[in-house]
This record gives sequence, structure tokens and C-alpha cells, in this order.
Amino acid sequence: MTEQKSFQNSIIYLDAVTVDYDGFKALNQLTFMVNYKELRVVIGPNGAGKTTLLDVICGKTKPAAGRVVFGQDKELIGKQADEIVKLGIGRKFQAPSIYGNLTVWENLDLSLKRNSKGVFPTLLGKSTAEERERIAQNLETINLKDYAYTRAGSLSHGQKQWLEIGMVILLEPSLLLVDEPVAGMTDKETEQTGQLLQSLAEHRAIVVIEHDMDFVRQIARIVTVLHEGTVICEGTVEKVQADDRVREIYLGRQKVAH
Amino acid sequence: MTASKESESLAPGGGGLAFWVVGFILLVAMPLLNVLPPEDSWLHLSDFSLNRFGKFLAFAILALGLDLIWGYTGILSLGQGVFFGLGAYCMGMHMMLTIGKESVYGSDLPDFMVWNQVKELPFFWKPFYSFPAAVIGAMLVPMLFALVFGFFAFRSRIKGVYFAIITQALALAAWLVFNRNDTNLGGTNGLTDFKQLIGYRLSDPGTQRVLYIVTVLCLGGAYLLCRWIIRSRAGRVLVAVRDSEQRVTFSGYTPANYKLFVFVVAAALAGLAGMLYAPQVGIITPAQIGVLPSLEMVIWVAVGGRASLAGAVLGAVSVNYGRSILTNYFPELWPFILGGLFVVVVLLFPDGLIGIMRKMKERMRTGKAAAASEGKR
Repeated sequence: MTEQKSFQNSIIYLDAVTVDYDGFKALNQLTFMVNYKELRVVIGPNGAGKTTLLDVICGKTKPAAGRVVFGQDKELIGKQADEIVKLGIGRKFQAPSIYGNLTVWENLDLSLKRNSKGVFPTLLGKSTAEERERIAQNLETINLKDYAYTRAGSLSHGQKQWLEIGMVILLEPSLLLVDEPVAGMTDKETEQTGQLLQSLAEHRAIVVIEHDMDFVRQIARIVTVLHEGTVICEGTVEKVQADDRVREIYLGRQKVAH
Repeated sequence: MTASKESESLAPGGGGLAFWVVGFILLVAMPLLNVLPPEDSWLHLSDFSLNRFGKFLAFAILALGLDLIWGYTGILSLGQGVFFGLGAYCMGMHMMLTIGKESVYGSDLPDFMVWNQVKELPFFWKPFYSFPAAVIGAMLVPMLFALVFGFFAFRSRIKGVYFAIITQALALAAWLVFNRNDTNLGGTNGLTDFKQLIGYRLSDPGTQRVLYIVTVLCLGGAYLLCRWIIRSRAGRVLVAVRDSEQRVTFSGYTPANYKLFVFVVAAALAGLAGMLYAPQVGIITPAQIGVLPSLEMVIWVAVGGRASLAGAVLGAVSVNYGRSILTNYFPELWPFILGGLFVVVVLLFPDGLIGIMRKMKERMRTGKAAAASEGKR
């Protein structure tokens, strides 16, 4: 009942989206909606279509059918990835994707939101004091203040994850897509990452894909469970964990036979 | 303090003093050693040596461009010889037209056209009567060619080994086209027997000395241009494209545009190199622009040190110097030496000569401690 079919309040709305990889439907008539300033966690077994969902939103994968609407009325299907970034959607990838041969500072500098990222403005561009201030603040947020002039390739795995989150934040997205941010992190790093995401969610909508259920419990308000390319359950962590179908999926298919 | 922040970059810094020292040696000392000491003095630099060195420095200009696209941006182009050839042929055509009645057949047409029974100068030769047109054309033609070719290649997301292969195919195609007599570019024999350039005799050592100096100045300019690009934010985007193209896209940049830009700059520098090569060497044939020379160019940069501008210059000069020495003694062995050199560099010294020099510098700085820890390894 609460699930209205209007998308007046949603920042991202996917309507009956299908992604077909040579007959394998990675997403199957998926309908998915996230509200402004919402922190949403998406879980699901391997191959459920979680990463494909993010790929469709950020323009990396073209769906075979359906609509993807950003904000009130911006259709995303058919737009190039860099156009979608400019509309305000940032993406953090599963494997840390940073520039290993540049310093942490340079990584962040390249990621700053700027009016033009064309070749010639970038060739002539100079940093302003305000931009440097924002990078310095960002370094505090992601706990890399002491590593500003370190080669990003020599950071630890967890630090690289944070750096990438920092890079995405500097794009000032109104929707942040985060793919398995705590994979390979220590418990302490995981907890800090959770706090970071929660504080970021005060100003923007975030969609997080995660496997680690402890982490999900730490940050989640509403969880969406994907299975075989469709949403099978959506609600609080408690509701999702109590759901019979979710249990079936995670505990194995043998129970279905009964 | 903010200024120092900007300089805390991994982009090549410093090198200021070395730039002026090398510049002084190349621009002042070498021509003076050619002119001042008497010919039998050990200090004397022969006309031949100076001229040969001018050729190496022209190659170094090309290597700078190749380093931008391959070393920094990570795009291996095996077709730089084509752009070099376009530049060299533009200047060569101008010099052919200024031979005039001095030619063997005494015709206004270049000798090879008389030989091929071409009665009238082909239309695309006509602009090259003008020296400024030849100079501009030597850079503009390769740039336009790179723009069109690169536009389609990068827009189609051709990258990595596929880009290397299509640029190699381009080199082969260009070689075939230039080899044909009916292309009216001299066929296999190319363009040669040049007499003069803007009224100065090419056989005069003075003219060659000026050409050498012009080459040094062009190399200095090309170096400063490349350094400016590398140190700009766009230069960091180029390195970023090499490290993680996906992240570049998702940071709001369009990598294809950056690749196209750097490909065109590299083509312009290759064209400039060709333009300076032709009058100094006195001949340009398809043999200098095909698949093999294009591969050799890549080896210059690999040997000197990728992603280092000084390395590109050093590599171009040292490999070519080695070549001119070794081909005197073992001409048949050169391809094997070159191939072996490439394998050794790739396997043992991925940062090339510059990498070796940096390591030696570090070792001297850290002294015995480093030597001890190195010994333990």
C-alpha cells in the first residue's frame, strides 16, 4: 500500500527494467525506487543482478526494456556514462578503482565537480583556494589527511576504498551508488565505513550493495532483496530476515521441494 | 604553502638545471666544436657527426610525442612512422620542386615523374611550391590524418592491443601506398637529390649547421610543450586514463577526447620530426615510414624510459647512435640486437635508461645502508 506507483518523491525510479545477456536475464522486469536522502541497502545471492542494477543506473549497461527515471523527469536510458555523472549520479566500484600512479591529492583534484571537464579547460585549469579547501576537508572525511602526497597505488586496500568514496563524494552527487564497500576491510575499517556512509546519507541518497549482514544491520534502514533479477522482498532488516522466501534463497532450494 | 602542495605531484618535477645544461651543450657547444677547432684537433666535431646528431635529435622530437601517448596515456601506437613520413614527404616535395632545371633530365618536373612519363605536375604537389605551405603542411597533414583516424578509433572504443594492431595495419597500408609509382610520390625510391632550401645549398656545411640548430630549438620547444601538458591537470587525466579509464569516465571526463588530443599532438611532433629529417638526411623513402621503423620508434621510448620526457629523448639518441655504430660493423645483426635490447629492457629494466639512472642516484644518496640492504636481497 505504501508502495505507490507514482515516482514523485523518488530520486531514482526503475520501471520494469530487463537486462538480457544472450538469453540470461540479469534483470527481469525489475521495478525499484529510492527516495531522496534515503540510505538503501540491496542484498541478494551471487548472480541476483545487484551490480547489474547499478550498471543500468549509471549508464554502463543498456537495458533491453524498461524505463529509468532520475529525479522528477530525467530519463537515463540512452545517455552516456559521463552525462549521467554530470546529472548527479556517482558510482563507487566493487574493486577499488583509483589512479595508482597519482598522489591521493591528485586523485581527489581530478574528481572535483567542475563546470567543464573538456580537454582544453582542463589543460588550462588552475586550482582555486576554495577547491583546495574542499579537497583538504574531504581528506579529513575519508581519514587520509596524512596521505595526501602518497602515491595512491601504495595505499592499503581499505584506504583505497575510502579514497574512491572520497573521489565520488567530490562530484557532489545527489545519488551515490556504492558496490560492496567493505569487502576486504578489517572490522574497524568496516565500522568506520558504516559511519561514513550514514553521515553522507544526511545530504544525499545512497544505494549500497553488500553481502556482510553485520554491516547491513549497522547501516540499513530499508533493505531490498534481489533474486534472479527481480525484487522479492523489501523492508526493514527484521522484516527481511523473517521473510520465508528470503530464507529459502539463502538457505538453499531444497525447502521449496516440500 | 599552497604552491608547494601543487608541486607535491608525481608528475616529473625539477630537471630545470639539466634542461639548460643539455640545451647549452646541444645548442652552443656542439656547433662551436664544429666550427672553431681546426679539423685535425681532437676537439673537432666533424660536419658528418653534427649532421648525424641532428638526425637523432629530430627522432627525439618524435619520441617525445610517442612518450605522451604511450608512456603517459598507455596507448601503444605502432603507426608513428606514418605521421613522420607525412611530415618528411611534405618537406621533401617542396625540396623536389625547388630543384628545377638542375635535375638530371633538366625538366621542371621531378626526375621520377619524367621517368614515369608524367607530363603535368599532379594537383596535390602544387601547394608545395611554397615553403611556408610545406612547413605548415608537414605538421597539419599528420594532425588532420590523426584527427580523422583517431576520431573513429577512439569513438569505437578500440584500445589496448587492438589499437596497436590497427595502427600497425595503418603503417603497412601507408607503406604500400607510398611505394606505388602511380601515387606520384617517387615510389620505392622516394624523394631525393635535394639541392636547396629557401635558396641555401644543402651541400653547404653552413646550411646543415643551421638545420641542426633549428632542430635543437624545435626539440627544446617540443620538450617544453610536452612538459607543460604533463604538468597540467589534463596531463594528470592522461595518466588517470592509463591507470583506470573507467574511473575517468565516472568522474565526468570523456576519455576518448583526451586520447584524441594526445594522439593529434603526437602526430604533430612526428610530422615536425619528419620535416627536419628530410633536408638533413637528403632522402625520404617508404622504407622510413613502414611497420619496422614504427616499431623501432617504440623501442627508442622503451629503452629510454617510458613516462619520462628526458627518457624519450635519451632513448631516441642512444638507440640511434648505437645503431649507426653497430651497423658499421655488423649490419646483418642489427635487427637481432634491437629485438634483444627490447626484450632485455622490458624484462629487466621496465623504466629504461632513466630508471637505471634514477636508481643509481638513489643508491648514491642513501649510501651504504642502501647498498647493504640491496646485498641482502
